[in-house]
Amino acid sequence: MNGIHNVEDVNKIPVLVHDLTVAYHHKPVLWDVDFEVEEGQIVGIIGPNGAGKSTLIKAILELVSKTSGRVLIYGEPYRKQRSLVGYVPQRESVDWDFPVNALDVVLMGLYGKIGWCRPVTKNYKDLAMVAMERVGMADYAKRQISQLSGGQQQRIFLARALVQDAKIYFMDEPFVGVDAATEKAIVTILHDLKSKGKTVLIVHHTLQTVKQYFDSLIMLNMRIVATGLTSEVFTQKNLHKTYGGRLTLLEEAVQAYTREGRIDE
Amino acid sequence: MNSILMDIYFQLPNRNELIRVLLLKDYNTRLVIVGVMLLGLAGGIIGTFMLLRKRSLMGDAVSHATLPGIGIAFMIMVAHGGDGKSLPGLLLGALISGIIGMGLILLISRASRLKEDAALGIVLSVFFGIGVSVLGVVQKMSQGSAAGLESFIYGKTASMLTQDAYLIAGTASIIVVLCLFLFKEFTILCFDQDYAGSQGWPIIKLDIGMMLLVVSVTVIGLQTVGLILIIAIMVIPAAAARFWTNSLFKMILIAAAIGAASGLFGAILSALFEKLPAGAIIVLVSAFIFAISLFLGSARGFCIRYFMSWRLEKKVSRQNLLRSMYEGLEKNDKKSLDKESKLRSVQSGISLEYFLSNRSWSMKKLTRLLKKAISEDLVYEGADKKYHFTKDGLSEAKRIVRNHRLWETYLISYADIAPAKVDRDADQIEHVLGQVMVDKLEELLLSNQAALPILPSPHSLDR
Repeated sequence: MNGIHNVEDVNKIPVLVHDLTVAYHHKPVLWDVDFEVEEGQIVGIIGPNGAGKSTLIKAILELVSKTSGRVLIYGEPYRKQRSLVGYVPQRESVDWDFPVNALDVVLMGLYGKIGWCRPVTKNYKDLAMVAMERVGMADYAKRQISQLSGGQQQRIFLARALVQDAKIYFMDEPFVGVDAATEKAIVTILHDLKSKGKTVLIVHHTLQTVKQYFDSLIMLNMRIVATGLTSEVFTQKNLHKTYGGRLTLLEEAVQAYTREGRIDE
Repeated sequence: MNSILMDIYFQLPNRNELIRVLLLKDYNTRLVIVGVMLLGLAGGIIGTFMLLRKRSLMGDAVSHATLPGIGIAFMIMVAHGGDGKSLPGLLLGALISGIIGMGLILLISRASRLKEDAALGIVLSVFFGIGVSVLGVVQKMSQGSAAGLESFIYGKTASMLTQDAYLIAGTASIIVVLCLFLFKEFTILCFDQDYAGSQGWPIIKLDIGMMLLVVSVTVIGLQTVGLILIIAIMVIPAAAARFWTNSLFKMILIAAAIGAASGLFGAILSALFEKLPAGAIIVLVSAFIFAISLFLGSARGFCIRYFMSWRLEKKVSRQNLLRSMYEGLEKNDKKSLDKESKLRSVQSGISLEYFLSNRSWSMKKLTRLLKKAISEDLVYEGADKKYHFTKDGLSEAKRIVRNHRLWETYLISYADIAPAKVDRDADQIEHVLGQVMVDKLEELLLSNQAALPILPSPHSLDR
């Protein structure tokens, strides 16, 4: 493999990214990205705007093409391991005026299992309702999705991923624009997933909550700045490297940092 | 002068003609009606997906791209010794050049950095230009008779052969069956392409499949509707259907029904009035249905939205009137200490000036609200020119004030979890929060102050 692991080890790694480069129109947005994620961890992907956080997830899920590099999910390419992976895209990426209700959206998480050309039967609807219950949205199953608040829409997206019963979850900015109740609900579910040995990778941008939410971090600014346990890599030096001269963000970073009471380095 | 005007007038159908058409006595009329209805049905169904995939303009570009194929197919057929008028041959040519047009749009917008609208504009105009030139050349060819080819552009006053009707019926059924079987797949493609891709659905293939169905509808509609107007029979029924429902499946059924109805009435009208071309009339009929849907649609038509906000405003004003009257009395109540004067204060009324100084109502609106409340027997005007509660009015006001105060307390005490639930009516507090929470809130309110006739207000009454 990449010289560090033997085959057996690689099969135990939920996500292994080696030498990944992604370019849009001949302009690289991700350079030589290397990292691996340990099973059962909640991993934050942080970095400034345009750092390639969403692109990283999309490249792993083969939604954008790789210029070079390799991604392995439990030792196999993604296209062989799709059933193990759940995806929560950014909420703004879809048209919420679409004529479906909340239950219909959650059911989309089961379309893969249902298979080509087959109708959605009642037992699948029951499964979807269980997932909606988990995110506290069971009462809203029949609501048209445009009538849901931002937080409720986010929870529906989460339920759609949960219903897949995956082993690895990728979430793109799930905490953006949600109310406190939804944030709490998401955190509860993250802990729940972790306790079941699932692995979660989350694109995140509020530095204040980083230490609270994530076991480990991928600090990204087109290149990997640092990866590792949050307690080890969430340092002022790494934040400087990640956010560079972006002053406002840097201030936020410093604030987050000092709030934790770790001024030493 | 007179004769020129007469020339412009449409020939009104006489009684016999009317009866013949309406009773479907002509074989050809029957054929046309069935054919156009099926065309409208298929157009409505695939049009719904096309609309939701935001591909309406691509549908238009693709239908324009069919024109060169018609001319070239004619030339090839003439070169092989035919007269070039075989319809299946012409339509096959249209299909192939439509598909090439679609491929080019996808290629240009993916491979170059041009945006999709530019790609659409280029393909639409260039293909149409090629088509018009080819038709020009074809007209001058010595063999074959090219007359009538240009009717594919605008469609022609309906005439149909049995085999044409079979072609439409066959293609329409294929489209219906495919859309039914691929309902799930098309839905996820239209709603969330990235998620569908992450799940392993082949989005490019599905996209191409969907556009192929659009091209098929274009091709079978070329004869009657023409390639310029064909986009309308896909877009308009789907857009109209959206006003009637929030469910995708129902939207498809309604769009299919609107498409079929437009076909039916369009074909009948064009059979009655010789000079009206079927295609244009079908489009106008569906536009008429669209206008009706826009205003009367039961899910998001103008009228229902206006009615909903009007009803809400009325309800809120009524609640505000009763609340402000009750709170006015309560304020008097607080100033008087002994029980007897308390009773008197409830019986004392509220003056117009009090309302006007406490609410942003105009005199006109206030008078109207009071009149309404009087007619509902909630309030009466006393001899003192003040307004008093009737027995019913007092209990209704108590209920409303209590519910509002419970809500307010809920929002204050549980600010962090409340937003998910506040989009409901204050009147339904028990239903939304559950009896346990309501009891808890009542306790919370009552513990703050000494008991009053009903719960005290969490906000200050002195404004």
